[in-house]
Amino acid sequence: MIPRSFEYFSPRALDDALALLVRLGPEAKILSGGQSLIPMMKLRLASPPYLVDINRIPDLNYVSEDDGHLRIGALARESDLETSPLIRSQYPLLLDTTVVIADPLVRSQATVCGNLAHGDPANDHPATMLALEAAVVVVSARGEREIPVASFFTGLFSTDLQPDEILKEIRVPAPPPMSGGAYLKLERKVGDYATAGVAVQITVDSAGVCQRAGVGLTNVGFTPLKAAKVEAFLKGRQLDEAAIKQASEIAASESQPFDDVRGSADYKRDVVRVLSARALRRALERARGGA
Amino acid sequence: MTKISISVKVNGVERQAEIEPRLLLVHFLRESLRLTGTHIGCDTSHCGACAVVVDGRAVKSCTMFAAQADGRDILTVEGLERDGKLHPLQEGFFQEHGLQCGYCTPGMLMTGYAFLSSNTSPTADEIRHAISGNLCRCTGYVNIIKAYEYAAAKLREGGA
Repeated sequence: MIPRSFEYFSPRALDDALALLVRLGPEAKILSGGQSLIPMMKLRLASPPYLVDINRIPDLNYVSEDDGHLRIGALARESDLETSPLIRSQYPLLLDTTVVIADPLVRSQATVCGNLAHGDPANDHPATMLALEAAVVVVSARGEREIPVASFFTGLFSTDLQPDEILKEIRVPAPPPMSGGAYLKLERKVGDYATAGVAVQITVDSAGVCQRAGVGLTNVGFTPLKAAKVEAFLKGRQLDEAAIKQASEIAASESQPFDDVRGSADYKRDVVRVLSARALRRALERARGGA
Repeated sequence: MTKISISVKVNGVERQAEIEPRLLLVHFLRESLRLTGTHIGCDTSHCGACAVVVDGRAVKSCTMFAAQADGRDILTVEGLERDGKLHPLQEGFFQEHGLQCGYCTPGMLMTGYAFLSSNTSPTADEIRHAISGNLCRCTGYVNIIKAYEYAAAKLREGGA
């Protein structure tokens, strides 16, 4: 399968890339990992006349923590999360997520920021970042702005990212002590999109009462879903089995799945229920384990 | 459409070419350079038959433009053998019967090359995860895992 012809640009500086986006207009597409864009171009579902390859822009490949935030740069690959000691020790939710995205070869190219910028409700990091209350930093020739992930996804394959903007960084508030997270995804086979996925991030106190909860759902709606009712239910509650069971039922009712090749809407709602309970238990275990 | 010029190191040899931006890396390797060891399997990023190593990382060459490889260092299956001697991975696939039809083998070898360069003492489970983006339809994977283990042991001893 051969994509339609396009003109290729490979700017060496962020400012050059931003100027190109202004000059080329809204038909230009940004190429980072390319693991969603290139297959779409080969299938001719996307045929952008201009590609702006940002891979040669320096200083965009980082996964680091400072100022109370985890920062993931535009060119950090999924495999960089997998091998990062910081992610492995402090962000179990992100580690859970990255290892179930596509397969190792795709992950060595695919970027974490691209996973959000693509706006696909079937992608896994959107739910994760919703649960972590992350924000994205976007830049354009007009300046820089920060958008909470909770308001970033505006519709199916649509985000608040404007055509002249580049998603430069994901910023995640570092979880306080006694926090834990987990991501569970049901997939038919390695590399498949989720039948459904659930991301949970919680903070508890020493008595086991939930101080804060973030819950995101994958591929059960037009956009990645923030399960706000579950979050509100969990906050201030003792996280015993009864509470977990009730929370998982609320999550199922908050999901908005459709019938498709991966199953009926009813089946997927039930998958959300089961995965929510398991993710909550695992997140709780990790929160109690310290870190 | 305007062509662009790229300069890529492939198996240690500097190669220059004028290419269309839409040329995929796998087509550049197979058709421009006539290195047909890299296979095209599914052409949809699923099967891993087209895996090559770019700057030390195994990637699917059907899902990368040749233009992106400009200035990079690429290793294909043709570059594994050195001075007439098989790479420990190739030897492992031979000794352990890690292939039947051989279609997935170049991809399996290149994925293994990148994987074993960072982990020379993998568990069978780690190997299974490492090859989860490479499909084989004949071996049942068991002998591929043995072949990786054979190569890992050989590499720990200090090469072939």
